[in-house]
Amino acid sequence: MPTADPMGVLSGVHFLDGDQACCEGALAAGCRAAFGYPITPSTAVVERISLRLPLVGGVFVQMEDEIASSIAIQGAAWGGSKVMTVSSGPGMSLMMEHVGLAAMTETPCVFVNVQRGGPSTGLPTLPAQADMMQARWGSHGDYEIIAICPNSPQECFDLTIMAFNLAERYRVPVMFMMDEAVGHMTEKVVIPKADQIEVEYRQLPEGPREDYLPYRPGKNMVPPMAPVGEGYRFHVTGLTHDERGYPAMDAGAQAELVKRLVDKIRLQAEDICQVEEHQLEDAEVIIVAYGITSRVVLRTLQMAREKGLKLGVFRPVVVWPFPEARLRQLAGNKQVRALVVPELNLGQISLEVERIVAGEARTVLVPHAGGALHDPREILRVVEEVLG
Amino acid sequence: MNDHVNPVEPYLRMERMPHIWCPGCGIGVVVNCFVRAIEKSGIDRDKIAVVSGIGCTGRIAGYVKMDSFHTTHGRPIPFATGLKVARPDLSVVVLSGEGDLISIGGNHFIHGARRNSDIKVFCVNNFTYAMTGGQVGPTAPIHSIATTAPYGSYDKPFNLPFLADSSGAVYVARWTTYHVRQLTRSMTEALTKPGFCFLEIVAPCPTIYSRRNRLGDGLDAMRFYKKASKVVNGANTRMVGLELKGPIIVGKFVDRDRPTLLEAMNNEFIPKLGKKYTPYPTGVKR
Repeated sequence: MPTADPMGVLSGVHFLDGDQACCEGALAAGCRAAFGYPITPSTAVVERISLRLPLVGGVFVQMEDEIASSIAIQGAAWGGSKVMTVSSGPGMSLMMEHVGLAAMTETPCVFVNVQRGGPSTGLPTLPAQADMMQARWGSHGDYEIIAICPNSPQECFDLTIMAFNLAERYRVPVMFMMDEAVGHMTEKVVIPKADQIEVEYRQLPEGPREDYLPYRPGKNMVPPMAPVGEGYRFHVTGLTHDERGYPAMDAGAQAELVKRLVDKIRLQAEDICQVEEHQLEDAEVIIVAYGITSRVVLRTLQMAREKGLKLGVFRPVVVWPFPEARLRQLAGNKQVRALVVPELNLGQISLEVERIVAGEARTVLVPHAGGALHDPREILRVVEEVLG
Repeated sequence: MNDHVNPVEPYLRMERMPHIWCPGCGIGVVVNCFVRAIEKSGIDRDKIAVVSGIGCTGRIAGYVKMDSFHTTHGRPIPFATGLKVARPDLSVVVLSGEGDLISIGGNHFIHGARRNSDIKVFCVNNFTYAMTGGQVGPTAPIHSIATTAPYGSYDKPFNLPFLADSSGAVYVARWTTYHVRQLTRSMTEALTKPGFCFLEIVAPCPTIYSRRNRLGDGLDAMRFYKKASKVVNGANTRMVGLELKGPIIVGKFVDRDRPTLLEAMNNEFIPKLGKKYTPYPTGVKR
């Protein structure tokens, strides 16, 4: 696999916040075009990228709003660039139509969402994890995306590279779901040498231009993506389309296209999913946590184990597609009595967990409306209650 | 046997014919002029990308045999800006209607012109949302009838050349679909001029707008355009607003030069960043 362009890689040991680390991850991944609009708490990402892109041969344009940002990236993606935009809360809501466009036209792009409390203007400066369902279903219609939840500045770097690679491999919008706490947390970030960073680029068509069908699926159910300006004379539309890319207004074409858009993610979830597991071997209760909350619960785990409680932690690093198979397997284990799901919302991923385990084990939500993080002792109290 | 091939045909996706446009509609004329302008400009068609939004005019992207993008409602201008940033060597042309570009996309329009994004915006103004059946639009003349203005439109329409001019477009012209030669010439000039170039093309919608407002059929529209149009090149754009059945001032109103978005970026960064900055390709030959 090709490795990163050294120009964009700030190799070394740094002290960065999550927003800055995310920006460096994007540059290392090869992002050379970014469009954005300032909004708390994601502003630091666009500030850093406006500072850095001109030095690495790229362009940042601050657009007139988030709607413009979320489609300017798609123009640039079709122009051959690796692209991203960044926002939070209300800005993400404005971008949702274009998440759907990217899904429909199979445009590789990364949307970074530094989550804050909502709904509406909500809590601009404080964390939440309440956009998880919006990330998956925020645009109208049926489609699938990929969503990744980092829990540290180091992961904001590493997983941003993964976000770009997945976007390019599957030609899909990837939602990079940070939150205010991860975005503003400052820690050591190690940036490796460029030759140690693998980067992917979309599959390009082969064969004669006149035979090219822009939406004929190739490897991984993903159609090769032609470069613009090279005589392919392709058409791209947000309308339901056939393999030629032409509008096709009937139920058959709709079924064929939409099913593939969904299946290319659902059926390849094994390749996309990434999880982290702690002390599950003998666990009677499993905490399922993601993003910043997956760090908070490590303290709960430590306290529980000190008390002799058989607790484990299961963390989806990639939240969409959800690691269903593995979770079902864990829940099927006889010793597992319950899954405890703390999240900074009033029940989103917990519903998914409940659906997946389908009664094999109890699912207990530890809700939090956002604005702060869970107290690890509060989660421990729920674990103790569950264990009776 | 007739072996004559219409010179426009090689530029069309003939396998998609018949198109969706109604008899007498002005959009076909616009496509025809556009293709002839490409030929006249000498630009390799494979180095031109066409971007449209949603609506009747938005369907142009689907019929031209070129790299073409049918985007979302109101957003072809920022899409085109992104495409041009990634590929400054390409000519990027936005072809869309006034409802798309000026109403829902109005903010993108003024900002595209302000930053002089090097894109060409050819706006077909038929005074109505035709695809959805004839609702009132941002250029609908006062007193005109629409399905959502059943007693007559009463809010002031935009004067598009004035809007483009005051927002910073470097080239602003207006023609009707009667003025095919002038329109083709303006399109050719716009294609070869760096910066945000805007053309308003006044076009008939016989099925909906003209019928509802008792303006006759497509041929009547041509007769009206011929009679009502007055060429005033260099006209003060403030003075070229349109009224129902009123005179139509046409011509090239603005033709000036200023740095494009990418040129301006280089102009700012080269002295500030020195050797740390590699000038970005702009695609502009001056």
